[in-house]
Amino acid sequence: MQFLFRYANPHNFMRLSGAVLPFTAIGAALALIAGLYLSFSVPPDYQQGRTVTIFFIHVPAATMAMGTYIAIALCSLLSLVWRHPLSDTAARAAAPLGAMFTALGLITGALWGKPMWGTYWVWDARLTSFLLLLFIYFGYMALWSAIEDEAKAARAAAILALVGAVNIPIIKYSVDWWNTLHQGSTVTAFKMAAVYYPPFFTMLLAYSLLFATLWMIRIRTAIVERRARNLMQGAAA
Amino acid sequence: MNPFGTLLLRDLKLAARSGGGAALALSFFALVATLVPLGVGADLKLLARVAGGILWVAAVLSALLSLDRLFQGDFEDGSLEVIALSPLALEMTALAKIMAHWLSTGLPLTLLSPVLALLFNLDVAPTVTLFLSLLIGTPAVSAVGAIGASLTLSLKRGGLILPLIILPLLAPAVIFGAGAVRLVLDGMGSGSALGLLAAFSFGAVLLSPFAAAASVRLNLGG
Amino acid sequence: MRGDRKLFDGLSFRVTAGQALAVEGANGAGKTSLLRMIAGFLAPAAGRIVLKSAEGESAEAEERGKSIGWLGHQDGLKPQLTVREQLDFFAHLHGRKADANALERVGLARQAELPCRYLSAGQRRRLALARLLVSERPVWLLDEPFAALDTAGQGLIAQLMARHCGHGGIIIAATHDPLGLGNESLKL
Repeated sequence: MQFLFRYANPHNFMRLSGAVLPFTAIGAALALIAGLYLSFSVPPDYQQGRTVTIFFIHVPAATMAMGTYIAIALCSLLSLVWRHPLSDTAARAAAPLGAMFTALGLITGALWGKPMWGTYWVWDARLTSFLLLLFIYFGYMALWSAIEDEAKAARAAAILALVGAVNIPIIKYSVDWWNTLHQGSTVTAFKMAAVYYPPFFTMLLAYSLLFATLWMIRIRTAIVERRARNLMQGAAA
Repeated sequence: MNPFGTLLLRDLKLAARSGGGAALALSFFALVATLVPLGVGADLKLLARVAGGILWVAAVLSALLSLDRLFQGDFEDGSLEVIALSPLALEMTALAKIMAHWLSTGLPLTLLSPVLALLFNLDVAPTVTLFLSLLIGTPAVSAVGAIGASLTLSLKRGGLILPLIILPLLAPAVIFGAGAVRLVLDGMGSGSALGLLAAFSFGAVLLSPFAAAASVRLNLGG
Repeated sequence: MRGDRKLFDGLSFRVTAGQALAVEGANGAGKTSLLRMIAGFLAPAAGRIVLKSAEGESAEAEERGKSIGWLGHQDGLKPQLTVREQLDFFAHLHGRKADANALERVGLARQAELPCRYLSAGQRRRLALARLLVSERPVWLLDEPFAALDTAGQGLIAQLMARHCGHGGIIIAATHDPLGLGNESLKL
């Protein structure tokens, strides 16, 4: 905990993230280029054919969508229990990224569904869960921007994030249950052949680095914005 | 009388004396149920098929109507400060308000549901299941709703953001509740679905007072 | 702290049993914030608020709240409830018996069966005072206690406050007007 706190005051964070940022940014770009190249150059899957490429864009996006929510929930816990100032900023900064990954997962899922299922949208368990997750992100962001007092908004959003963290596994379970009840579409998971490992993991790495980069940039922007506001307030007084 | 019962009784009294009490939610519930056949057609087979889902969604939306005022009235007129300083813990305050909301909204909706099920050509067995599922599940709507209401209690237009926050969280209640009716229609037992619904409801009623109390405390600080 | 602005930096005071303290200051000086901090609604950014009683010391906000009678800007009344219902609610909420005398003491005996929506601003304030009486709390936190009251009402509240202090109670009031209790005052 002590370790976390040392790097979590805004000043130290600016210094540290400033040093790390170029590496994650370049790393993300390289991994993305390599990952995309690998994704397009793998042999077609015997079942899915060429559409297997979408899979390399879709699955990491879905993974990141969940991962980002976990990050927000952890930040919220830090903020509520240890009153940690930077974790609110971090949680808020992560939300639009999570929503973006969720939307990307949904869109690529739909694009993948058209050739596979013959329609863009089927009420498949995974897609349905992610649609609900997208709304949870929207609600979280809406609450943040609705409450004007920033300190109050931060705590309210943190409470909501934790409530969501408890509820999301239940939602996931209930949607799976619902899916078996309605005997919906076939399962989307497929056994990944070893030949698909390199593009998949390269893309997962690229997404993670991209997330880290964008997250840090967003947190830095928020910190700078707050400093600028404080300066202007001081000038007015 | 003890503080908990006092608050519960007062909230019930207030609900009964303002804006027609449950009548508003009940009318809304019945209206939605009336509009659906107008939208999808009067095919009785189809209506029976979708009745469970439609009535569950309609019930959740109806219960939502009065939720945004759950803490807001007391917050605006200063009662909440007095209640917060009373011997009643805020967690128990939240629980009392959840119970009052359920008794004045969820329970009446449940009692009305068999009549609406009749309009949807639902047989006796699935109607009983629908009734039971609403009876078990609507407390969860009040409980999860209380979290949303407490988070948005300082907002002038909290009523707009409240549904966005809590509807995704209520998906399990709709799924298990309507699913139970569906199982009976398909000639299977609804026990598993009702059991899951009861677990969800119980968990929600047990845990949400803590979240609601935390956010009420936060709003009193302003 | 308001925004990033410090309110009452380095403020320190004590009030003992039977004493009243008037908190004075311009609008925005933080009178209400100070009362809210003492009540425990608002956490101070730094420093401690301690309540000592025969049972011991409590610095916990929740603990402290149980000794506090609160009269805020708003009266906390429901238009749908009658005066008596409203007062009984307050009494029972605090685990006390309903006390018909309280209405008489604040001069609302004749309005007992009147719904609160028909009360004048002054009468509403009197009912809020009756709430203080039935809740039987040792520490009264009063935010602008004289607001909305006519001369008779102000006389009444002065008398109630004097009585409360006489019984060993504590009063901390944010006010523009003198309390008339031979009290100390704190300028913010």
